[in-house]
Amino acid sequence: MMRIRLPGFAPLMLALSVAVMGLLVVMPLGVVFVEAFSKGLPTYLATFQDPDAQSAIGLTLVVAAISVPLNAVFGLAAAWAIAKFEFRGKSALMALIDLPFSMSPVVSGLVWVLLFGAQGWFGPWLQDHDIKIIYTTTGIVLATVTVTLPFVARELIPLMQDQGSDEEAAAVTLGAGGFTIFRTITLPNVRWALLYGVLLCNARAMGEFGAVSVVSGKIRGLTNTLPLHIEALYNDYDFVGAFSAASLLACLGLVTLLLKTILEWRFSSELSVARRR
Amino acid sequence: MPADAEDQALEVRGLSKSFGRFPALNDVSFAAADKEFLALLGPSGSGKTTLLRVLAGLEQPDAGEVRFRGEDYLALPARRRRAGMVFQHYALFRHMTVAQNIAFGLKVRPRAERPSAAEIARRVGDLIALVQMGGLDKRYPAQLSGGQRQRVALARALAIEPRMLLLDEPFGALDAQVRRDLRRWLREMHDRAGVTTVFVTHDQEEALDLADRVAILKDGKLIQLGQPQALYDNPASAFVYEFLGPACRLPGVVEAGRLHVGDWTAAAPAGAPAGDVSVYFRPDEVEFGSAGIALQVRTTSARGPDLRIEGLADGESVELHVRAPALPSGVAAGQPARFVPTRFQLYPRAANA
Repeated sequence: MMRIRLPGFAPLMLALSVAVMGLLVVMPLGVVFVEAFSKGLPTYLATFQDPDAQSAIGLTLVVAAISVPLNAVFGLAAAWAIAKFEFRGKSALMALIDLPFSMSPVVSGLVWVLLFGAQGWFGPWLQDHDIKIIYTTTGIVLATVTVTLPFVARELIPLMQDQGSDEEAAAVTLGAGGFTIFRTITLPNVRWALLYGVLLCNARAMGEFGAVSVVSGKIRGLTNTLPLHIEALYNDYDFVGAFSAASLLACLGLVTLLLKTILEWRFSSELSVARRR
Repeated sequence: MPADAEDQALEVRGLSKSFGRFPALNDVSFAAADKEFLALLGPSGSGKTTLLRVLAGLEQPDAGEVRFRGEDYLALPARRRRAGMVFQHYALFRHMTVAQNIAFGLKVRPRAERPSAAEIARRVGDLIALVQMGGLDKRYPAQLSGGQRQRVALARALAIEPRMLLLDEPFGALDAQVRRDLRRWLREMHDRAGVTTVFVTHDQEEALDLADRVAILKDGKLIQLGQPQALYDNPASAFVYEFLGPACRLPGVVEAGRLHVGDWTAAAPAGAPAGDVSVYFRPDEVEFGSAGIALQVRTTSARGPDLRIEGLADGESVELHVRAPALPSGVAAGQPARFVPTRFQLYPRAANA
């Protein structure tokens, strides 16, 4: 590609964006670690001895371990249907998949309370049958799945559309059955894009605050996820504890960024068309 | 080799297929003999690819019948038809090597019918040699040229020992020189494999050069089916005439067994339509002389082995070809000349208005 020399105005814009990035991204990230270690390593580590903290980390892992595979399966199914078949309501489905991106996460959480809460549509019925959804792990998973719904599908749809279905057609004529084709052709063709989507989905699932806070009830040691636990610690004026816990999420973010960059660098041609550079 | 009804391998009867309100196939019927090489020739949108996909089982027709050696082919799902298909854009499995691509059709067979791993490897090796891809078996499709990819695609289709080979514009994405090389090679492959082959193309030269018989499709209908030479000599309609090669057209009138074009007359062939006709002839099937159709020559130019003479005949612009090196005597830019088409076809003028 040809290099374009930057005239006088451009360096100014560059300096501005670097300054904004530093102020809004790098500095806060630094603050998290500085504050977390402000009372030394033993205090930092002690935060994670707290049973409530361990419960929050555990719950966060459980929620991610359930919601991410669910969304991977849903994303694959939706992308497969949209990219390889023609059907009525296709554009409506595509718009619906994007809805969680354009809606406040609080709303995504609230709908479940309205449906399954004690005063909700199905509340009395659920109570009669002794089923609890709101203020339980189930509710947190539902809210997390809703919020992270688009990540995998959005990553796969453009790639699958670009690849078309000629390879699948060829596999059929060669005698392969539906499941064999999916396992040996469709899935391997999108594996890196799938991993990319799963990675982003996981980062969001573990970090989600808004939707989860509505349905969790914030019971310490029971329904607090890591982000909710951080808020609780902060509200208790336990700043070292809050920042120590926050440093975990920050690390998750950095690892995600690193893996994402490696994927983009190594497998750019096998990711979505939009991500090629 | 058009054959008797007894040894027809492939029989297609009354095939129709619409996409929404667009009729892609309209009552198409034909038959192909065992080991025959049949070309489906037509412009884009003529339904030839749809027809091929119906044969492969990738599309279901709305009406009609397909039989292969008497068996109801439409009742078989695509994966059971053993129709080896080669796609225009190769459709090679991008994450598999050349060898893995070719082995795919054997590896996905049910366990009872699957050859042993050693047998699969042996057959893949044979096919790689057959398509002259030796030493490239570990390559991925992205590391191959277009011509190499298409040879792998053919080997992959041949690996399943197909009952029928279906080729969808297999050379469409290749450049002219590679196309010509692969054309002869494909014909050899077909003769050696001995499989009934249906070949889709929009290139009339390719179809006439390769096929035992050519079927011409237009707007989902089968217009004419015949051996290449018969087709070329006797196109059934103006469309077929124009489609099979460069054509010149002049208005004429047939009266009392005589054809009149301007002030030139000739005996009209038996069975010629009466009244207003379009006279079609090939631009190189002309003789210049003192008699014939009057031509006001505008320009002359050399184009490869041909000399081109462009001018007005009876008010119509025509371009005639003569072999180099010399122009016929008396033919020069800006001068009047006369020529006679040595062969011509007459079609009613209204039909092609």
